[in-house]
Amino acid sequence: MVQKQQLPITSEDYQRRLLMDRSVPGRTGVSLPALDVPEQPLPGTGMLRDDLELPEVSEGEVVRYFTNISQLNFSIDTNFYPLGSCTMKYNPRVNEATASLPGLAQLHPRQSPEQAQGALELLHGLQEYLKEVTGMQGCGLVPLAGAHGELSGILMMRAYHMANGGSHRRKMLIPDTAHGTNPASAAMGGFDVVAIPSDADGNMDMEALRREATDDLAGVMFTQPTTLGLFDTHVVEMCRIIHEAGGLVYGDGANMNAILGRVKLADLGFDVVHLNLHKTFSTPHGGGGPGAGPVCVNERLLPFLPEPVISVEKSSDGNRYVFSRPTQSIGRLGGFFGSFGVLVRAYTYITLLGGQGMLDISGNAVLNANYLKEQLRGYFDLPYDRICMHEVVFSAKLHSGVKALDVAKRLLDFGFHAPTMYFPLVVDEALMIEPTETESKETMDAFAEALRRIDDEAANDPDFLHAAPHSTPVSRLDEAKAARQPYLRWRPD
Amino acid sequence: MPNPADRKYSKEHEWVLMESDGSARIGITDFAQTELGDVVYVQLPKVGDSVTQFSQIGEVESVKAVSELFCPIGGEVTEVNDAVVKKPELVNTEPYAEGWLIKVKVSNASELDTLLDAEAYGKLTGEG
Repeated sequence: MVQKQQLPITSEDYQRRLLMDRSVPGRTGVSLPALDVPEQPLPGTGMLRDDLELPEVSEGEVVRYFTNISQLNFSIDTNFYPLGSCTMKYNPRVNEATASLPGLAQLHPRQSPEQAQGALELLHGLQEYLKEVTGMQGCGLVPLAGAHGELSGILMMRAYHMANGGSHRRKMLIPDTAHGTNPASAAMGGFDVVAIPSDADGNMDMEALRREATDDLAGVMFTQPTTLGLFDTHVVEMCRIIHEAGGLVYGDGANMNAILGRVKLADLGFDVVHLNLHKTFSTPHGGGGPGAGPVCVNERLLPFLPEPVISVEKSSDGNRYVFSRPTQSIGRLGGFFGSFGVLVRAYTYITLLGGQGMLDISGNAVLNANYLKEQLRGYFDLPYDRICMHEVVFSAKLHSGVKALDVAKRLLDFGFHAPTMYFPLVVDEALMIEPTETESKETMDAFAEALRRIDDEAANDPDFLHAAPHSTPVSRLDEAKAARQPYLRWRPD
Repeated sequence: MPNPADRKYSKEHEWVLMESDGSARIGITDFAQTELGDVVYVQLPKVGDSVTQFSQIGEVESVKAVSELFCPIGGEVTEVNDAVVKKPELVNTEPYAEGWLIKVKVSNASELDTLLDAEAYGKLTGEG
């Protein structure tokens, strides 16, 4: 009888070894062709280092290593991702098809505008779409992320006040439900941030707003609908108060999928809005790709838009598209023309869906969030119990000793990404759930069932929740240790 | 963990202990560290900085949130607890002892009267 040989390590340990730890001296993954050109000495010295630790592995090992770690990813292509405020909606494959068209993908940024009229027409078309969506007069596509769009808007507000004798206007009002990027952008723009509390219904506290609407007011940064997933019903009054005090109204467009085709922020009184193409308009998101945060402005801020803006010169020979610089532009915010590939994807999405499609997005986004709210009513606390917009904020406070963190971690075992937790800050143990318009009733039913089972576990077996997740490649991580002793890169022993 | 009766407390959850040499030792309360969760980073003022009562003097970062640190009493910073900068978990394990944050040479002792005693602070945080 053959004795089974004991492996020196478990197969799990083997699977988890880093590429560096799989290195065997002398092993190689490539065979170089024979030298068929005259040998040349390298110019200068110090260009080659021989002290770098590089893994010595075969091609097959490299392929297995990267294929295996790629399968540890959690993504919108594999699972439901109800991450509130992030709008993790499906990214249609047709977006990739158009972005890969050689005429768009292989365009060189230094190509002359005459040779790239099609691409410029596309960018101009996207500007027009976004102006229509927001009701604004102008649009700049160059900001490279949502927070970059915020900074652009803030710099335009500053430029506007400076140009209109308002250099003393330093105060920026920001509600206590705002995304953290809002006060950060305002501070980067040189403004002093003053927080405005929410009232008992989750709207902005109008009394507090009136008190702060003084003659040093620069403006307000506001998200409509708010991060509580609520349509702030004081919004028109808020814009009136800000404008009467000489301020401007900034709109954070992070939650636009709730109101697409139904409410134009310009009609409510907003002066400047940024849009997150990677949220509202289905371009890749998170680790999947760069963001894009175009800014749209009304007539007052039109001269300050970042350059370049795409303009059209009409003539009898047809339209000619050119890069232009607004008269009092805040300048360039980066190289070239923004995330062009992302802009192509958003243009594709809007063109294919059309006006009715925009209405369907907002209708389904709001319907889905309200469906989940009702499915989970009674299981989790609803601090602001109103009809919600595209997301719903629960509080995981019903069972003592069980935190939002435990609920979120346990959801991973059911194959769902965790919702946004502990945000907005005004809700204790917040669980902020955004199903987005792209999820089916069946997916939402399965998600609600998982949360109801977790609620049952919280009552009957809280320790099981404290130790969750149980079925993921790694279980509960020691976040404190990870922050106190970060282990960020491989080092030789 | 009971709040020691030998010191005063602020509504922002800091404590002040008057030392025999007239300086004040400052830290955050057990309630504060429990609410924050595991503390991973502490940012403190420098020795020689002058601080005013209730002004922001630093930050305490936990796995959950970053919280501003307010000075419960004004004066000049005379000592900073390097041990807590190196081992922030001291704030969690010994908030009233080894987890102290700074020492201040008090400029106006009457500011102490605006702070709470242990009993009043306990009431504020829902004990007793």
